[in-house]
Amino acid sequence: MTYIKPKFRHPALSKNVLGYEKQDYEGAISTLCGGCGHDSISGAIVQACFELNIEPHRLAKLSGIGCSSKTPTYFLSNSHGFNSVHGRMPSVATGAILANRNLIYLGVSGDGDTASIGMGQFVHAIRRNLNMTYIVMNNGCYGLTKGQDSATTDIGSISKSGAANQLHPIDLVGMAIELGASFVARSFSGDRTQLIPLIKAALSHKGFAFIDVVSPCVTFNNNFGSTKSYDYVRAHVEATATVDYIPEKEEITVEYGAGKTANVELHDGSVIQLHKLSPDWNPLDRRSALRRLHNAQAKGEILTGLVYVNPQGQDLHDHLKTTEKPLNALREKELDPGQAALEAINAEHR
Amino acid sequence: MQHLTGTNDFVVRFANVNGTGSASANDLFSKAIFRMGIPVTAKNIFPSNIQGLPTWFEVRISEKGYLGRRDGIDIMVCVNPQSMAKDVKAVKSGGYFIYDSTKPLHKEYIREDLHYIGIPMTEICNQHFQDPRVRQLLKNIVYVGGLATLLEIEEAVLKGIIADQFKKKEKLIAPNFKALELGMQYVKDHYAYPLDLKVERRDLVGDKIVIDGNTACGLGAIYGGATVAAWYPITPSTSLVQAFEKYANKLRIDPETGRKNFAVVQAEDELAAIGMVIGAAWNGARAFTATSGPGVSLMNEFLGLAYFAEIPTVLVDVQRGGPSTGMPTRTQQSDITLAAYASHGDTKHVLLFPSNPKECFDLMADALDLADRLQTPIIVMTDLDLGMNDHLSPPFAWDENRKYDIGKVLSANDLEKMEVFGRYLDSDGDGIPYRTIPGTHPTKGSYFTRGTSRDEYAKYTEEGAPYVRNMQRLLKKWETAKTLVPKPEFYQTNNESPYGLIFFGTTTYAALEAMDMLEAEGMAMDAMRVLAFPFQESVREFIEQHEKIFVIEQNRDAQFRSLLISELEINPKQLIKILNYDGFPITADFIQKEILSKIEPVVIKNNGMVH
Repeated sequence: MTYIKPKFRHPALSKNVLGYEKQDYEGAISTLCGGCGHDSISGAIVQACFELNIEPHRLAKLSGIGCSSKTPTYFLSNSHGFNSVHGRMPSVATGAILANRNLIYLGVSGDGDTASIGMGQFVHAIRRNLNMTYIVMNNGCYGLTKGQDSATTDIGSISKSGAANQLHPIDLVGMAIELGASFVARSFSGDRTQLIPLIKAALSHKGFAFIDVVSPCVTFNNNFGSTKSYDYVRAHVEATATVDYIPEKEEITVEYGAGKTANVELHDGSVIQLHKLSPDWNPLDRRSALRRLHNAQAKGEILTGLVYVNPQGQDLHDHLKTTEKPLNALREKELDPGQAALEAINAEHR
Repeated sequence: MQHLTGTNDFVVRFANVNGTGSASANDLFSKAIFRMGIPVTAKNIFPSNIQGLPTWFEVRISEKGYLGRRDGIDIMVCVNPQSMAKDVKAVKSGGYFIYDSTKPLHKEYIREDLHYIGIPMTEICNQHFQDPRVRQLLKNIVYVGGLATLLEIEEAVLKGIIADQFKKKEKLIAPNFKALELGMQYVKDHYAYPLDLKVERRDLVGDKIVIDGNTACGLGAIYGGATVAAWYPITPSTSLVQAFEKYANKLRIDPETGRKNFAVVQAEDELAAIGMVIGAAWNGARAFTATSGPGVSLMNEFLGLAYFAEIPTVLVDVQRGGPSTGMPTRTQQSDITLAAYASHGDTKHVLLFPSNPKECFDLMADALDLADRLQTPIIVMTDLDLGMNDHLSPPFAWDENRKYDIGKVLSANDLEKMEVFGRYLDSDGDGIPYRTIPGTHPTKGSYFTRGTSRDEYAKYTEEGAPYVRNMQRLLKKWETAKTLVPKPEFYQTNNESPYGLIFFGTTTYAALEAMDMLEAEGMAMDAMRVLAFPFQESVREFIEQHEKIFVIEQNRDAQFRSLLISELEINPKQLIKILNYDGFPITADFIQKEILSKIEPVVIKNNGMVH
């Protein structure tokens, strides 16, 4: 196996509106195990950013620690990246977002990084409605330390060692909706046609966009009896609806039967089009979304697709009333109150 | 009976119940002394509680300008029955005990060697005021009035302060004046006045201000250009970020849009607080957090990341009594080792040690420059005494031509001209590499920040050689830091004594006073105040030029001394420990006594004297 990516590019490769080729959104060669679900997600991120015409340097990618958190090396090499400490990516992302509100922020985490060590920071990132996309590559185990159960491992799921998990799993999707996340979706690393438009919609959403992506660990959790194996997920997956992401400038051409389609307009004017809607679910209503999720759970289905969205939320900068200009671009002119103001403060203290 | 006598040189302690509004009355008292031109220092000794427990306020008045705590209480104003037994015992022989005489004083509180001055504060207030809450608050003003007559504090000065205080609530001025006058009149009617202890107007404070160190740090952060503050509430640091926010809301509002040129986020814990600072600084904003020892413990992991990934990080540690929850409302200098080597692996951090509010302001602004210049954590080490008590301080000043030193940050133009960008290349030989801010250039300058080992081009590696090169470069940067951090202050032109004193931070007040006391006994000693870690060569030279060095600090384990020994490879026998760690600010009497006991043990033994 080679670790060098060829620079050669086929002259006929298509470019996006900005003139970038898809390769411009790629990163270093992955060192994850062959067949790892995470690599498919990285590929979907590359495709989504390419199709969305994102300038690579206008995106910052952040992660914690674990197999999932290694992936930012494998996409968007022209973007700044920050592989921080275990479970603490949300706080680093919060600071970065405070410093420059004009970049696009993509956080990548895993089920250990988010649902265990990083649970505290994850829930507070949701509360603050940080303007970022937060992807959990959820394989139900600790891959990098050789397959221990995680907090998202289902009851009865059998690990490679043969033991069945006894503890109740944390459902990150249900929790994110409960906590007020403004965009909540689940997908499956093996379903690119669903995942790519979801990532595009998440990156376009203003506020905290959460995607829980079930991503089988081929080495430690793809065995018979595991509920996060490729076979199990494929057999139990159930989509809320099919998702199309339509950029602002494109005309909506596909029409579906009445009552079966919903268009959700995002903050930037782009549209998420959902079709083949189930009749008892409204993606703009939290209670309805939770009901849909619980119904699927009761039936033993893994519900994927967009589950809930609120396109009109206020993000952290709105709450803090920070200036439009990024804080990291402010200098003495805007920041230095001057000696006269200081003299007045001195006088207050005499 | 003996009378304590003296002008502008005594200590008054107020014993109150917390949550009863005594703080503003006590502030009124100490501010009046200040406005009469007399150096004064006040210490608030308070419990970790909101209402109902004993709290003390200690005011030292010193014509000579000594601002440390002093042993012994000359006048006790006791309005708290809970603590009265202890409070009676605390007064110096011949001193005064002022109390609420609405109810007679219990016999057990009578000491033959004290002067008792009863003022029926509750009764006076019940007679003249209707509202129960107002009665409670004005009781405190009544005793200030009593003290005004006893000590000859100028009435006009007191009234001026009250008028300033209630500028926006004018209705409250008249009842406060009345309570003050009632207290004054009661003393005039019942006691001989003034006492032999009194104050007299002087012109000794000049343009000085009275302010606490936390406010000073918050203002320093504003002037130093901080735009992001992330924090988690913890005594005694809470008021620091609150001061930043208060003044930023006045001084940092965009005039056109009314929007804020800053962001303050109350984090979910200290881990998140420093994570936010690191994220903001990585992304090119000036950011800081403030905490106390328990918070620094939690921040250890992130401090290691900031050290190793080289991210400017400013942290203020307002130290309190440890370990664990320790004495959360008492002062100590006991986080020295924790802060200097915070985090696992080989880490060390730049520490700054301000000793008064002016230095808090200056060093806080400097810390933001140093962090950007050195791309590493800078920890400003204050303490509860400095942070939460008002101190007489030189006024703050700001050079309007001063520019922020944002250090080695590459612009799009710089990158355009470069062949290759190596985030961790030491191109200048000072150990400090160049960095880029996300979003700067479409194709150049992006890199991956990580806490794992990497080569000069920020590429992940587990090879030994590039790891060692990187660790060596960090040491070189440490050497560079020595040239940038503030130099020690010396109190003599030439070293003349075989003995030297080393101290830092709030120990300075008491140490300087102790030096005067020692000199008066014919034992002048040389002294050095350290303002920063890493230690410069001049610190070593000072130690080497003395036979014995007394290292004065406020912790049990002589942490600063250990730092000197390990970093400068000093013979431990040369450094003598002078340690105070009972939670109260160290006093000059204590320092003098300890030093004398350690240099002349034989003399003390022979004459049986206790110094």
